[in-house]
Amino acid sequence: MTDIKAEIDVLPGLDPHAPLLEVNNLHVEFRTQYGVARAVNGANFRLAPGETLAILGESGCGKSVTAQAIMGILDSPPGFVTQGEVKYRGTDLLKLPENQRRKMRANHIAMIFQDALSALNPVFTVGYQLGELFRKHRGMSRADAKKRSIELLDQVKIPAAKARIGDYPHQFSGGMRQRVMIAMALALDPEVLIADEPTTALDVTVQAQIMGLLAELQQQRNMGLILITHDMGVVADVADRISVMYAGKVVEEAGVYDIYSRPAHPYAKALLESIPRLDMKGQQLNVIRGLPPALTAIPQGCAFNPRCAYAQDVCRQDPPPPPYAVAPGRTARCHFWRDVIGE
Amino acid sequence: MSDLEAVAAAAGPSGEAPVQPRHKSKTDKPRSLAGDAWIDLRKSKIFWTAAVLVLIIVLMALFPSLFGAGNPRECILARQHGAASGSAILGYDYQGCDVYAKTIYGARNSLQVGLLATLISGVIGLIFGLSAGYFGGWLDAILSRFIDVVLGIPFLLAAIVLAKRLSADPNSNGVLAVTITLGVLGWTTAARIMRSSVIASKNQDYVAAARMLGSGPARLMMRHILPNSTASFIVVLTILLGTNIASEATLSYLGIGLKGDAISWGISISEAGAFVRTAPGPLIWPSIFLAVTVLAFIMLGDAVRDAFDPKLR
Amino acid sequence: MFRYIVRRLLQMVLTFFGATFIVYALMFANQDDPLQALAGERPLTQNVRQALTERYHLNDPFLVQYWYYMKGLLTGDFGTSLTGRRIGDMMTQAWPVTIRLALIAIVIAATVAVVAGVISGIRRGSLFDNVTLVITLIILSLPIIVLAPLCQLIFGIKLGWFPPTAGAHPSFWALVLPALVLGSLVIATELRVTRASVAENLRSDYVRTARAKGLSRNRVIGVHVLRNSLIPVVTLIGVDIGGLMSGAIVTEGVFNIPGVGFNLFRGIRTEDGPLVVGFVSILVIVFLVVNLLVDLLYAALDPRIRYE
Repeated sequence: MTDIKAEIDVLPGLDPHAPLLEVNNLHVEFRTQYGVARAVNGANFRLAPGETLAILGESGCGKSVTAQAIMGILDSPPGFVTQGEVKYRGTDLLKLPENQRRKMRANHIAMIFQDALSALNPVFTVGYQLGELFRKHRGMSRADAKKRSIELLDQVKIPAAKARIGDYPHQFSGGMRQRVMIAMALALDPEVLIADEPTTALDVTVQAQIMGLLAELQQQRNMGLILITHDMGVVADVADRISVMYAGKVVEEAGVYDIYSRPAHPYAKALLESIPRLDMKGQQLNVIRGLPPALTAIPQGCAFNPRCAYAQDVCRQDPPPPPYAVAPGRTARCHFWRDVIGE
Repeated sequence: MSDLEAVAAAAGPSGEAPVQPRHKSKTDKPRSLAGDAWIDLRKSKIFWTAAVLVLIIVLMALFPSLFGAGNPRECILARQHGAASGSAILGYDYQGCDVYAKTIYGARNSLQVGLLATLISGVIGLIFGLSAGYFGGWLDAILSRFIDVVLGIPFLLAAIVLAKRLSADPNSNGVLAVTITLGVLGWTTAARIMRSSVIASKNQDYVAAARMLGSGPARLMMRHILPNSTASFIVVLTILLGTNIASEATLSYLGIGLKGDAISWGISISEAGAFVRTAPGPLIWPSIFLAVTVLAFIMLGDAVRDAFDPKLR
Repeated sequence: MFRYIVRRLLQMVLTFFGATFIVYALMFANQDDPLQALAGERPLTQNVRQALTERYHLNDPFLVQYWYYMKGLLTGDFGTSLTGRRIGDMMTQAWPVTIRLALIAIVIAATVAVVAGVISGIRRGSLFDNVTLVITLIILSLPIIVLAPLCQLIFGIKLGWFPPTAGAHPSFWALVLPALVLGSLVIATELRVTRASVAENLRSDYVRTARAKGLSRNRVIGVHVLRNSLIPVVTLIGVDIGGLMSGAIVTEGVFNIPGVGFNLFRGIRTEDGPLVVGFVSILVIVFLVVNLLVDLLYAALDPRIRYE
């Protein structure tokens, strides 16, 4: 795959030995007439080929905004990236002119969305929407594009792909539609795939199928996968590493086993404790007190302090806790991570 | 649903929409839709412009003497197309009538016909729309077909035929005939709006709940369905008022609306049309007043609709 | 689909008879003396009276008279106008002019509305958008009896850009000014619907997907957004036809164009029942057929619509 890609690469200056994807100190804000909402406040993470990174957090914590900023598809205005870098193979995408940035999408970094019904254009056939990628990015003829599209639908295991290529999105079931989305994202063999809540809108059984398919395709292609979700169950199954986001910051980044066994940030810990478990049946479920802060009024110091059981005076003052190195490749933004992890 | 989702659902709109300013201001202090709309309206320049214009027009219709207009019926042929003099600041028309006075006095008939016709349309539309939407079935089918038939005839055409038939009496000034014509033909939009919003809210859970608790049809409509449709209904009627004024002028222009010694902008425009090459003034002034009046009501309806429908901002 | 068309055709038949009956009733009911109206000023002898009464079925009940009239109409016999001219002949002269006028009006209005509406929808809140909105408001509230004479005065007489009147065999150029006036009736609504529709579609998820696919901005807007945004605009055309027909009555009068509106207006003023009912019947048929076509076009444009 990568060999063919090298020939048609549109971008000079990509360093094949540099890390696949690095996000450093990313800041995004939304400027509205009602005030500035700081949606992402210094997000950091990196992604290697073949690796699955889960970004976990409640709604409104900045997960989707981070993904859109990486893709460069933020609605701007009101959304603006104010600081930071998004490095793909050593090149900072945020510094690229729009026409080069555009060619990165789908070719190198692709994305699938939560609700495939609204994410697919209702008035074009899936064949048209798939073939469009080959025609516009690869200059293929309509006939060739159609052939490739059918192959793709086969790869994502849509039965009778040839017959269904002329169908419209609304004629597919929810799971099949999400497969179409996946096919569309993988069409140009990207090295990074961002999946924004890919299974939230689906039935539980279909969820498992889709996650299985994603994992299988990722392995075949050695892609880096960023999985954005709030579903802890999904994460445990497929993720290698986890970034927990809260109020626009990555509060803990760690390997999946580390975080599940010994979380180092009170928020990550609280999230885990709020999962209902069969062996705890009959006992009181731990829920996180309070609500996430409004993005227009993030508390001073550690943003989690008003809801945190460990909070002390130092947590209520700026500067907010830095990412403490808990272990190699593992960080937590908590002054008292030792207490949290030690319990 | 996991607890996380529960928290998320309580925290705000799903799908991680960045900031929802409207939503936020609502969580700060709960407000009704009408309250929100009023706050938006107060900031709208279009709304205030329209409101001031409407006020002036209403004053003109009620107290024409406030505007220093002379007697619009005092016409002296010797002054035909004469220049401005005294209170006749806009000169005289081909019959030697005071153009300014006729234009100011024209507001009364326009507003009267417009208001009454809109009222008639509103009542018919309300009754037809409510019953078609609420009871559905054959009643809805018949009413919908009937609306189709009425809409099957181009509006002005139907108005001309009907007004012509109603104003057979040569001695009447046509006010009643035009009012009834416009009122009887103008209710279709109002009825459709009412019908669709009744159907929409009829299936809402809270209405179903109220029905299960034993509310009768009348109570359901008054308490639960009507309040949700009021805003769009009023908007439709405000705009209808504007178009009714335009239609009255058009019918009068065509010679089947107001007639005899009635004063109407439409008649003035029609009469002045023949002399437009030599004396454009008597054509231009009533045209401007007519256009501004219609504009004021349409603007008012527009501003209110925008305030109630923030989606389109 | 087939069942839908059949059902629609049945509905159309109903609407057609309903509408023509209303107009027929209004034009002929309570006429004091239709024969005298037919004869004009001439006195009628008893014999002629009797003959005419039989010929026009005047002694039959009203519904039967309507039936005889419709029978003639549907077999192509429109009857004779009170002026003595055959109505069929008048129609063959009037319709081509009006159709030309309406087509020019629709093309101009739709082009301007879609182009300006798309730009407005993309740049909401910009200077262009605000100016466009104010202009549509003004156009929306200018009654055609104001617009037609004023345009004639300004562009026809004062500036001399267009011929002030069109006459019996108008050239394309002579029809442009009346078509602009006529088009103004629909342009504001079309523009606003386009704008709102573009603005709404721009916010939809599939636009985000299209951008994530690395498509150019022109393609995202020109193909993905536009194709969706035009759906509600197209449905407006059906409604517009009725508005254009109403507008034609005034416009054709002001610009002296001997089309359908011109004839209709004269017919109504002179109480020429046969003329009015004949023209109106054809108008209603045109209106209904155009609306059916628009509905079918709607289904073709939006695959989610399924007519059962």
